[in-house]
Amino acid sequence: MARVGVFICHCGVNIAGKVDVARVVETIGRMPDVAFATEYKFMCSSPGQKLVADAIQEHGLNRIVVAACSPKMHLPTFQKTIARAGLNPYLISMANIREQCSWVTDDKEKATEKATDLVRRQVRRVAHADPLEDVSVRVEKTALVLGGGVAGIQAALDIADGGRKVILVEKSPSLGGKMAQLDETFPTLDCSQCILTPKMVEAAQHPNIEIRANTTLKKLDGFVGNFEVTLEKKATYVDEKKCIACGLCTTKCPVRDVPDEFNAGLGKTRAIATPFPQAVPAIPVIDARYCLKLTKDKCGACAKACQPGAINFEDQPREEKVQVGAIVVATGYQEMSPAVYTEYGGATYPDVLTGLQFERLVSSTGPTGGKLVRPSDGQEPKTIVFVQCVGSRDPSKGHEYCSGICCMYTAKHSLLYKHHVPDGQAYVCYIDIRSPGKNYEQFVNRAVEEEDVRYVRGRVGKVQKRDDGRYRVYTEDTLVGRPVSIDADMVVLSSAVEPNADAARLAQALGISYDGDGFYTESHPKLKPVETATAGIFLAGACQGPKDIPASVQQGSAAAAKVLSLFSKDHMVKAPHVASVDAAACVGCLACQPVCYYSAIEEKTVGSRTVANVVAGKCQGCGACVSTCKGKAITLAGYTDDEVFEEVVA
Amino acid sequence: MREEPKILGLLCKWCSYAGADLAGTSRFAYPPNVQIVQVPCSGRIDPVMIFRAFTEGYDGVLVSGCHPGDCHYGTGNYFARRKLAVARRLLETVGISPDRMYFTWVSAAEGRKFSAVCSEFTERLKQLGGTEKTAAREAVSR
Repeated sequence: MARVGVFICHCGVNIAGKVDVARVVETIGRMPDVAFATEYKFMCSSPGQKLVADAIQEHGLNRIVVAACSPKMHLPTFQKTIARAGLNPYLISMANIREQCSWVTDDKEKATEKATDLVRRQVRRVAHADPLEDVSVRVEKTALVLGGGVAGIQAALDIADGGRKVILVEKSPSLGGKMAQLDETFPTLDCSQCILTPKMVEAAQHPNIEIRANTTLKKLDGFVGNFEVTLEKKATYVDEKKCIACGLCTTKCPVRDVPDEFNAGLGKTRAIATPFPQAVPAIPVIDARYCLKLTKDKCGACAKACQPGAINFEDQPREEKVQVGAIVVATGYQEMSPAVYTEYGGATYPDVLTGLQFERLVSSTGPTGGKLVRPSDGQEPKTIVFVQCVGSRDPSKGHEYCSGICCMYTAKHSLLYKHHVPDGQAYVCYIDIRSPGKNYEQFVNRAVEEEDVRYVRGRVGKVQKRDDGRYRVYTEDTLVGRPVSIDADMVVLSSAVEPNADAARLAQALGISYDGDGFYTESHPKLKPVETATAGIFLAGACQGPKDIPASVQQGSAAAAKVLSLFSKDHMVKAPHVASVDAAACVGCLACQPVCYYSAIEEKTVGSRTVANVVAGKCQGCGACVSTCKGKAITLAGYTDDEVFEEVVA
Repeated sequence: MREEPKILGLLCKWCSYAGADLAGTSRFAYPPNVQIVQVPCSGRIDPVMIFRAFTEGYDGVLVSGCHPGDCHYGTGNYFARRKLAVARRLLETVGISPDRMYFTWVSAAEGRKFSAVCSEFTERLKQLGGTEKTAAREAVSR
């Protein structure tokens, strides 16, 4: 006989402002299974929880319903509460009368009716709940970090320093990510390479870190503590075990016109090369699209020059399976192509560059060795215009969101420009200046006050190429309220930060969610900023949303802390919501097998019959087999037909 | 019929239930006649649940899962889609308008969409009215 205790929370005025809680208590209190019903201002508070625990003892309750916020918020809280009071933690149900009632209903009468109905269903449901035991699983204490940018490196180093093994996967030939492409960093003008490359080297030399360059995640199986990851290494045509990174192959390669991706398309590189001198690992790769041997079966100069014989033109993509307990996703972002902004000539005018291209142009490791000149004629630009929000804050052609970093990197670019061209004039066309970080506002002021950078408030309408090779930027000054045009030698577009082109594919492979813009979704925007909704998978850096370096590093460390905390236990509990087969009812049709995404259903022989059997360790509890079984021989703990139908009925 | 049609919402735990929560957190109000039942995955939904809802007096059933490709369990939402395609035809057979079943995808980030879906479906059910329902319910109950 169920003796249900019902505890209805006011949540301050969040619920009580719309729902007449006393009336709900009264109505629910008359339900046959309800042995006790009460209300309290904040049920999740310490006194609120004590109220629940005391009532269990005092009234001999064996089932609990808490009507409050979403179970996503506080179900674990109350599960612990009732467990402390001696009840099985699965004999509880939560009625979501805040997110799904008081917060979305304007009418008080209707809200009270709906809340009553929601609570009534949970009372009926919980009466059918069975006590369940958590499943204990071993934790594989190796972490996988996806992405070798600064966020991923930070996460890998912190986990490795904590004594756990890390597999650091990077899709490009070298660690470093976007930060390696930067010249200097705001707001201190630290040299980006100088602060990043020591970390790259440390990661490469760390006894607990294994680096997999040129590698991507292909498939993920398993669950928290026990993931099985299938990695795929691209064909690089260079055996990294034999290569001694002497660089002779690159100097011998006759193909000299390969667009240089590391230099954001400015400048050329060879068909076999390392992306940049400080690359980690320093192993060159062959670009199969340009290599003469691979495209036309000619040449082979690199192979002839290579003393250790590391060149292998027969190289194929290779798969590798690794077992890990946790995953940090730190795959970063890409700079939006300004090609859709034809009015700015982003992809067509040679001296209209993106922010990242400008960064390469002023960098000492860039295509000009750090000499700031126009790509069109090699002349020093005496006037430069920076155009803000190209693709950001522009839902019509780009993205609705603010890219967050452009205001600051443009202030930095204007300073770098003045350091390269002291007699030049820089303009910044902006909508708003957003500089909320530590010392950020002062940094923008420095550009304005010390270097006379002129900030013009208004969205640029057009960039027009003139016959004399200069560019006329048409904009307006909204502070004075008049149109403005500036003749410039170079124009730099602050192209938006956007998710990588393959961000959705990766999310689907990992089973994590992403928002409408394509950025990965954190489990809770405030309280779980590095967790995903999938246990054991954490986020770091700009794959979760536009971020600058300090924020990416912080999130990398935060994700590492989460991983280390997970790895502090040898075993962890897995929710007991798994399917099971009633062998007596199973007819052995095995229709359940093909619908199981996790291959958790096997054949079993019982006497002379073949029946289905669910391997509990593999089952993730989706219930696809349950609704497929025509004979109703499969049950999903926690979501049995009895429980779900009680809610449907009500 | 009643002023407000009664709707049962069968929502998957990972995307749509969280989307409904987000509608709440963001205060995107919608008609109070939607009763939400959480299932682990839309793939867990048995068409019988939908028929049961109609026999219990609901005017419409909303089913929502993760967007195609985004299912937490890989493929559960595709199985749901197939089952519900069959369920639509069965509804028709017993004289219930298949428009009384609304199948959609709402992600955890789509609070506004969830609210809009509830409002739209409520309007649709008001248009459909309550006449065919009585006969249909009898047909199913027989």
